[in-house]
Amino acid sequence: MNKEMTGAEMVIQALLDQGVEHIFGYPGGAVLPIYDALFQQDKLQHILVRHEQGAVHAAEGYSRSSGKIGCVLVTSGPGATNAVTGLVDALMDSIPIVVITGQVPTHLIGNDAFQECDTVGITRPCTKHNYLVKDVKDLPRIIHEAFYVAQNGRPGPVVIDIPKDIQFNKGMYVGPKNIQHKTYRPKLKGDLEKIKQAVELMRHAKKPLFYTGGGVINSGSEASVLLRELVKLSGFPITSTLMGLGAYPAADKQWLGMLGMHGTWEANWAMHDCDVMICIGARFDDRITGRLDAFAPHSKKIHVDIDPSSINKNVKADVGIIGDVAHVLEDMLRLWRTGAVTPDKKALGDWWAQIEKWRARKSLAFKNSKEVIKPQYAIQRLYELTKDMDTYITTEVGQHQMWAAQHYHFQEPRRWMTSGGLGTMGYGLPAAVGVQMAHPKSLVIDIAGEASVQMTMQEMSTAAQYDLPIKIFILNNEYMGMVRQWQELLHGGRYSHSYSEALPDFVKLAEAYRCVGMRCEKPGDLDGVIKEMIKVKKPVIFDCVVDKMENCFPMIPSGRAHNEMLLGDAGVAIEDAITEEGKVMV
Amino acid sequence: MSKPSGTTSHYPAQQTVEQVVHRTLSVLVDNEPGVLARVIGLFSGRGYNIDSLTVSETEHEKHLSRITIATTGTPMVIEQIKHQLERLVPVHRVVDLTESGKAMERELALVKVRGKDNSRVEALRLADAFRARVIDATTESFVFELTGKPEKIDQFVVLMQPLGLVEVSRTGICAISRGPEGM
Ligand SMILES: Cc1ncc(C[n+]2csc(CCOP(=O)(O)OP(=O)(O)O)c2C)c(N)n1
Ligand SMILES: [Mg+2]
Repeated sequence: MNKEMTGAEMVIQALLDQGVEHIFGYPGGAVLPIYDALFQQDKLQHILVRHEQGAVHAAEGYSRSSGKIGCVLVTSGPGATNAVTGLVDALMDSIPIVVITGQVPTHLIGNDAFQECDTVGITRPCTKHNYLVKDVKDLPRIIHEAFYVAQNGRPGPVVIDIPKDIQFNKGMYVGPKNIQHKTYRPKLKGDLEKIKQAVELMRHAKKPLFYTGGGVINSGSEASVLLRELVKLSGFPITSTLMGLGAYPAADKQWLGMLGMHGTWEANWAMHDCDVMICIGARFDDRITGRLDAFAPHSKKIHVDIDPSSINKNVKADVGIIGDVAHVLEDMLRLWRTGAVTPDKKALGDWWAQIEKWRARKSLAFKNSKEVIKPQYAIQRLYELTKDMDTYITTEVGQHQMWAAQHYHFQEPRRWMTSGGLGTMGYGLPAAVGVQMAHPKSLVIDIAGEASVQMTMQEMSTAAQYDLPIKIFILNNEYMGMVRQWQELLHGGRYSHSYSEALPDFVKLAEAYRCVGMRCEKPGDLDGVIKEMIKVKKPVIFDCVVDKMENCFPMIPSGRAHNEMLLGDAGVAIEDAITEEGKVMV
Repeated sequence: MSKPSGTTSHYPAQQTVEQVVHRTLSVLVDNEPGVLARVIGLFSGRGYNIDSLTVSETEHEKHLSRITIATTGTPMVIEQIKHQLERLVPVHRVVDLTESGKAMERELALVKVRGKDNSRVEALRLADAFRARVIDATTESFVFELTGKPEKIDQFVVLMQPLGLVEVSRTGICAISRGPEGM
C-alpha cells in the first residue's frame, strides 16, 4: 500500500501492517500527533500505563508470553529516560520489543529544548539498535526495519526516536513487503561439519549433560519440541538456566531442575562432573558458572548460540555452533538418528545412578512449620493449586524469585516471565499486565516480594482500568530478603537498610486501587485463601505473610565452584562460607 | 582508554596473566549517523583498548565507511571484539588484517619544529632522510609532512624533540591487506 500520509499516520499504519494489536504507552508533548492518530482509529489498542518503565516491562511480558513483538510509545525527555531500565532489561534477556519515543522538533535538537534529551545517545548501549528519524520519507522503512531487527538473530529492543515535526510532515507510506535490511542477515543454519563433530562427541559421551537457556524459548515453540525429542532419544540428563525454564517439562524424569547459584544439588554436581556439556541457547553467565577456573573442569563443551559473540566469551567452547537453536537441533536430531555408533549404555547407566544419588540429597527440602508460612511452602501450594490451570507466572527479583524458580514447575515454554540478566525489581507487576493483555482468559500471577513490588505498584491502576485480573502474590518477609541473606553471608549479619520498614497495608492498598486485597498469615489457611484468589475475577494483591528469616538454598556462594554448594540443612556456619576473594564479587 | 588490570574483575582468580597481542582490524560500515559512536561506545563499554582509530567514507555512492582500529588484548578478547563489532547492525564486515597476513599500515603526521641556526639545518637534514616534506616555513619554524609506518613517525618525533619540537598531529593508522583481494 503506497499512500500519502503524515508521519503520525505512518506510525499507526506501519504498526498495523506489522501485525501489532496492542501498544503500551504514555502521552506527552512530543508524541501528541501520534496520540491524535491513535484517537482516530480503533484497530490498534493503546494501554495507558502509569510509568514508562511499566510500559516497557508490560511489552516484555506481552512478548515473552506470546512470541509476538511488544510495542511501546512514550514521549521525549523524561518519557524516554523512564523507559531506559526496561530497555536494558529487554537487552539482557533478549526480548524483542520496539519502543517509539517522541523527540523535540528537528530544528530544536541540540538546543536544550524543553523535554529534550539525547535519546539515541542514551539508549545506544541499551538497545540492540536505535534510530533517529530525520526525514519523514525514511520513517516507514525505519519502522519495518526495526521490527525485522528486533526479532531476527538474537532478539532485543529497538528504539525509534521521532521528532515532532516529522510526525506532522507528509510523505509516501510504503508497506513492509519491499523492505529489506541492507546488512543485517543473522545466520540460522549451523555449520554442518561442526554439528557432526558435536553429535560425535555426544555419541561417545559417558557423562553427558544438556544445559539449555532462554535461547531455546526465543527460537520458537518448534525448538522446545525438537529439544524434547533429542533429550528423549539420547537419554541424557538436562538442566536449564533461570531463563530457560519450561522449554523442557519439569515433570520429566530426565529433568534435573535449574542450575546455577540457586540451582539444585543434582544439576550443579552434574554440571561439575560431566564429560560432554551440550549448551543450547545459554550464555555461561556468572550466575551459572560460579568460579570460572573450576567450572566443569573435565568436560568438552558444545555451544549452540545464534549470537557469535556469546561463544568463547566467558568459557572456551570445544565446538562452537553459530545458528538458530531450532535449525541446529533439527540437524542434530537427523544426524543422531542416522549415526552408526550407539551411545555407551553402561556408562550412561552409571552416570544416571550417580545423578540419582545426588537427587536423593533432596536439596530443595526445607523444614516446614505449622506456625508460620514458609515461603517455599507458599510457592508449593500455589503450584499445586494452579498447575492444572492455564497459568502464567511472572516474578519480581529476590529470594521469592529463586523460590518460584525452584518450587513452581513449568511444563511448557513462555509460561515463566522473570528478569534474569538485569535482575530488575519491579519487573513482575507490569510484566503481568502485559501477559494478561496477551492472554485475557488465563490466570496470571506475579510472585512478588514486598520490596520489589513497591517499585512499580502504580501499575495496579492500569490493571484496574483495563479489567486485567492479575494476581500479585507477595511473599511478604518484611525484608529485602536477598539483600539480608547476603548481609548474613558477607557482612556479619549487619542488616544495613534491608528491612522493609513502614510497609503499607497491602490489603487496604489493593482496595484503594479498587482491586481486591487478601492476607494470609497461617499455613492452615493458605489453600483456602489461594483458592479464593483464583476465583476472584479482579486484580488481587495477596499479602502472604511468611517467615522473615528464611534463606534461599542451595546456594553456590560467589567465588566458589559448583561442588562447593551450600545446603539449607548442612549446618555450615554461614559466615564462614565465603572466602575473602568471594566477598568482592557481586 | 585502557582497562585497569587486576582490580575490576569479579573473578580475581581469573586474572591470570595471558599474553596480549596487537591487532589491526578493518571494519566496513554503513555511513549512517552514530555509527562511529556505536563502535567507540562498544570499546569503552566493554573495556577494550583502542590504540588507534581512523574513519572515513570510502565509497560515497554505497554510503560505506571504513574504520581502522588498532587494538591490544588476549586472543579471547580479540575474538570477542570482532564478534561484538559484527553484532552491530550497521557493520558489514570485520577483517582482522593482522591475522590474514602482513597488512600494510600507514600513518600521516604533521610535525611543527621551531629553531634557529644549527638545529634548523639539522631538522631539515633529518626530514630529508625521512622523506618528510616541508609544507610550511617561517624564518624560525617548519611544518613537516611525513607518512610511513607508525614506528617511523615515532622515531622522527623523537629525533625532532631536541631540535625544537612544538607539536605533532597524527592521523592514526590506516591499513590495507596485500595482494589482489579486497575485504
Ligand atoms: C531496581 C533494583 N534495585 C536493587 C536491587 C538489588 N536487590 C536485589 S534483591 C533485593 C531485595 C528484594 O526484596 P523483596 O522484593 O522483598 O524480595 P525478597 O528477597 O525479600 O524475596 C534488592 C534490593 C535490584 N535487584 N533491583
Ligand atoms: Mg521481601
